[in-house]
Amino acid sequence: MLEQVAAVTLMNLRSLPQRLGTSWVIVVGIAVTVAVLVSVLAMDAGFRKTLAGTARADRAIVLRGGSNAELSSTISRENTLTIMDAAGVARGPAGKPIASAEAVSIVALPLKRTGTAANVTLRGVGPQAFALRPELHLVAGRMFRPALRELIVGRSAVEQFKGVAIGGHIAFRDSDWTVVGEFDSGGDAHESELVGDIETVLSAFRRNLFQSVTVRLESAQAFDRYKAALTTDPSLSVDVLRETDYYAGQSRQLNKLLGFLAVFVGGFMAVGAMFGALNTMYAAVAARSAEIATLRAIGFSALPVVVSVFAEALLLSLLGGAAGAAAAWMFFNGNAVNTLGANFTQVVFRLSVTPALLAQGIAWACCIGALGGLFPALRAARMPVAAALRAG
Amino acid sequence: MKYFALVWATLWRKRARTVFTLLSLVAAFLLLGLLQAAHALFSLGSVNLAAPILITQARVSFTSPLPLRLLPQIEAVPGVAAVSWSQFFGGVYKDPKNFFPQFATVPERWRRVFSECRLPEEQFQAWQASRTAAVAGRELAERFGWKVGERIPLQSQIWPRRDGDRAWTFDLVGIFDDSAKGSCARVGNMYIRYDYFDEERQFGRGNAGIYVLRLQDPARAEAIGRQVDAMFENSPDETKTQTEKDFTLNFVRQIGNLSLILYSILGAVFFTLLLLTGNTMSQAVRERIPELAVLKTIGYADGTLLALVLAESLLLCTLGGLGGMLLSVLAMRVLAKVQMQFPPFHADLRVWLTALASMLLLGLAVGLPPALRAGRLSIVDALAERR
Repeated sequence: MLEQVAAVTLMNLRSLPQRLGTSWVIVVGIAVTVAVLVSVLAMDAGFRKTLAGTARADRAIVLRGGSNAELSSTISRENTLTIMDAAGVARGPAGKPIASAEAVSIVALPLKRTGTAANVTLRGVGPQAFALRPELHLVAGRMFRPALRELIVGRSAVEQFKGVAIGGHIAFRDSDWTVVGEFDSGGDAHESELVGDIETVLSAFRRNLFQSVTVRLESAQAFDRYKAALTTDPSLSVDVLRETDYYAGQSRQLNKLLGFLAVFVGGFMAVGAMFGALNTMYAAVAARSAEIATLRAIGFSALPVVVSVFAEALLLSLLGGAAGAAAAWMFFNGNAVNTLGANFTQVVFRLSVTPALLAQGIAWACCIGALGGLFPALRAARMPVAAALRAG
Repeated sequence: MKYFALVWATLWRKRARTVFTLLSLVAAFLLLGLLQAAHALFSLGSVNLAAPILITQARVSFTSPLPLRLLPQIEAVPGVAAVSWSQFFGGVYKDPKNFFPQFATVPERWRRVFSECRLPEEQFQAWQASRTAAVAGRELAERFGWKVGERIPLQSQIWPRRDGDRAWTFDLVGIFDDSAKGSCARVGNMYIRYDYFDEERQFGRGNAGIYVLRLQDPARAEAIGRQVDAMFENSPDETKTQTEKDFTLNFVRQIGNLSLILYSILGAVFFTLLLLTGNTMSQAVRERIPELAVLKTIGYADGTLLALVLAESLLLCTLGGLGGMLLSVLAMRVLAKVQMQFPPFHADLRVWLTALASMLLLGLAVGLPPALRAGRLSIVDALAERR
């Protein structure tokens, strides 16, 4: 039996080149579907990766109670001291808490690609910020000096926005800021930001309120103790979040949207591609009707015929799926895209076509192919032998 | 028209194949309809922002509020008919999913600047009489089933009250309408009173937020915008003035390069479609070559055959296309009831025209090669089935 199956299937696949004119419809239809699906999901994966990369389990962020993002939060100067001195915060060699009280402000800068204004985060950070975030390091230029209107700029921001390369001048409020350095932080969300000294930023924007405090904990387990210390303090009304939770929460909405888009658009295209596959496979069965009838007449059973049709559909859709996934990977992997983050500012991230996504795309292709091959295969098996022989 | 029966019959020659092709066309046009409508929404094609209104914001960003002291200078600019200011309130009604914008503003100024929005006189008086009073657009009121007299609790994500509490409550005293359909783009917003808001908020007091300028002559928008910005150049409060449409578009653009993504998807869908339908049509013609030869033998002209095949392909594409578009309209109705994050979107005339044009183009593109082939058919070869 297995021999029969193998023989008929191989014979069929060898005759495939004769039907190329119609078979490539399956390949291309599925390739386009898979390419669209994989690239939308790659956007999702990239965004998630960027935000997840920003977070560390042993860091916590403190916001005013009820604020869902730094932009809408405010924390007074006295409170920042209490928050940084609480139990559970790691301390540096000089005994200072490794923590940074920060403020963010939105600055409108033109996008390089379109020239339209985009909101960019300007973050004022405390003196311990670089001990707090060791992943952040300068790749060019030098560090900003406190009390001077100097900024360092993330790599992604330099790539996306006009006028923020080293030596550039950015004018906002009644002040002129100079970009003196460029930093890399492994492609995380901070890389889309401009960073300066907190006191200088506050004075330039004539503000006296901080917006968040980020602290390094003694260990990831110290979080509960730290949170308890802050939430039981009657002078404070704050939310304490693990950085991992905070950033995961930020990506949730876009994840949902992109997931929906992928399933919705991908689903429709898959349906279209499936009908295309059905048409093609019916045509293939019709073209082979004489051959199939002959096989049946000389004693082959229905199973090898079914398998051969099925195998043809699967092989073609696999080819299509692989081509589509490869195209998505070649053209889109690593492309920088920007979208709105939680602070109403741009977060730059890269499309990330992961192996899991490639596999998912090919799995979709196989499903389409299997469905598109099933009914034609059954028809081939049920074909009345005598009639088919006469027609051939 | 007399050939319609013939075209119809040939279309259904292979029923299963035609049904599958139609279904993939329906799926594609459903997608096209929805994506186009979404695109119209994001490019504000379906929102009417034609009123002669300018928005003046802080140059650094609209989130930095401008101080109230700029008001006399802006009001003095010739050509400016009325000036109002508004501060974004950022309130959440019961659940973050129920997002809608609220602004603190001055009723008297609001009425002069947004003159397309109609608020009944006695409701306007009530708004002026009570400090906690608020008004809402018709669309917003219908969305939550609000009636005049409703108490609306809002948790502001930005503004705590003096005592640090973020819960505010407003009394709905008025519901405003559009004077002409689509002329008041604000029917999804709620407006509260600035004086009450400013006194109650914990910080930021005395800041106006953004200024809204109504012009006498829309043609002078650009010149007036430049004049306003020039007044505050090199001051601590540099401004950026743009039309309301540009201001709103800037918001939408922030979400990312959506149109590019939408158009890439549309392109991919169309390419796939062209392929599938084209394949079906050429299959259908190839099978019928002997029949076509018979038609030619009994006297059908080359041109008639060409037209017949073309008509069949156009009919197929239009049927599938119309089916998909009708479904997309239905789907939008359903979506409008379910999703609340976006304003409702509709397929307007432009979407329909694009869809119709796509159907015709698609029909021609896939029909022409087989139609030409049918027209050029040599009777003898075809009857002998020599291809």
